[in-house]
Amino acid sequence: MALAAVGGVAFYVVTIPSVLPGTNLPPRTADVANGETLFNAGGCASCHATPGQDDRTRLGGGLALRTAFGTFRAPNISPHPERGIGGWTELEFANAMLRGVGRHGEHLYPSFPYTSYQRMRLDDVRDLLAFMRTLPPDATPSAPHELPFPFGIRRGLGLWKLLYLDGRAFVPDPAREAALDRGAYLVEGPGHCAECHSQRDILGGVAAGSRFAGGPDPEGKGWVPNITPHADGLASWSAKDIAYLLESGFTPDYDSVGSRMADVVANTSKLSAADREAMAAYLKSLPPRPGARPSPQQ
Amino acid sequence: MIRVLSVVAALAVGATAVYAQSSAIGQRQAAMKAFAGAAKEPGAVLKGEANFDLAKVQGSLAVYQEQATKLKVLFPDDSKSGEETAALAVIWDKKSDFLSRLDKLSGDAKAAAAAIKDEASFKVEWPKVMSNCGGCHKEYRKAKQ
Repeated sequence: MALAAVGGVAFYVVTIPSVLPGTNLPPRTADVANGETLFNAGGCASCHATPGQDDRTRLGGGLALRTAFGTFRAPNISPHPERGIGGWTELEFANAMLRGVGRHGEHLYPSFPYTSYQRMRLDDVRDLLAFMRTLPPDATPSAPHELPFPFGIRRGLGLWKLLYLDGRAFVPDPAREAALDRGAYLVEGPGHCAECHSQRDILGGVAAGSRFAGGPDPEGKGWVPNITPHADGLASWSAKDIAYLLESGFTPDYDSVGSRMADVVANTSKLSAADREAMAAYLKSLPPRPGARPSPQQ
Repeated sequence: MIRVLSVVAALAVGATAVYAQSSAIGQRQAAMKAFAGAAKEPGAVLKGEANFDLAKVQGSLAVYQEQATKLKVLFPDDSKSGEETAALAVIWDKKSDFLSRLDKLSGDAKAAAAAIKDEASFKVEWPKVMSNCGGCHKEYRKAKQ
């Protein structure tokens, strides 16, 4: 009994959602154009744009992500004051992006890829929100996730975060070329490429050693390819080939990518050529890791 | 002009050889390969790996117009499975959307053929044609296993 009480207290303490310090952020003039770049780099529209229509700026949510843990539903993140995030403060938005904590202090599910977004610069997050506030409000109500026990218990995510959320921001490396540093930031932070191009372990975290080396699609639809410069991945691709895929959707064989990557390309095609080249340069600089698409016989 | 004709003729011979295959699935897979082949040369120009060649670009646009039109009849109801088709069943649930996308592709290729006169107009117009590819592959093609 006492042991259970101690265990309960320990669970309570270690699963307290960790948020940014302070009650508000100092005033600042936002760079809306930079916010738009981050909106495109971050792929927000891929999950949050209203499904079944082509306007990437209508962020009514509703897309269902069917995973091994249950069905997640992307919420409305349009600037609608009640149905979207129009009423959120900058600090609340920053806590969602950088700490995976919702407006009411609750843990958010990592289907929202804050494990990558936590690397973003706070000013970039603020610019992103400033851009999103220029988009049309949408009155579609957010639908709840459908998660079986025990995944429906949000508090348990506190334990998950102890394992997979380090809270570290991106650290620029002045020793490398500025373009490579920019590419690292875009790929590891807002671009969140590793969230799909890796294997996930039994608890749903990115498995160490498989980062960028490909893995089964989290929604069970096929295989997400290895994007490291290994023979199983992009060894034969030039940086130009990678940048051209991000611009046009074409592989070096002139196949046009489909599935979720078509959405990614819809976003990256809007970035500057310099940003796409930076992402390509960083991917080419990754340590080559094995990770081949399983053959159909297996 | 002779160059345009020779390129179109060469591509047409290739397409005809491919059309010898009888089944709808085989024919539409060949059409997709023809699309990929026609995207190659212009893609190399955009990557800075080849020089702009108006005749080749016009030849490629002719392939897009022709094959997109042919594809419209290559998804009969009895071709939903077999021969390792990557076509998703949703094509037949949303046939009118699917066909209108093919019309848009051939229409965009035709408009680009009229608008492209030089490298500058090519760089503006070509991506508009290519932007059609991902839309169908997202909705209507099976993810790679």
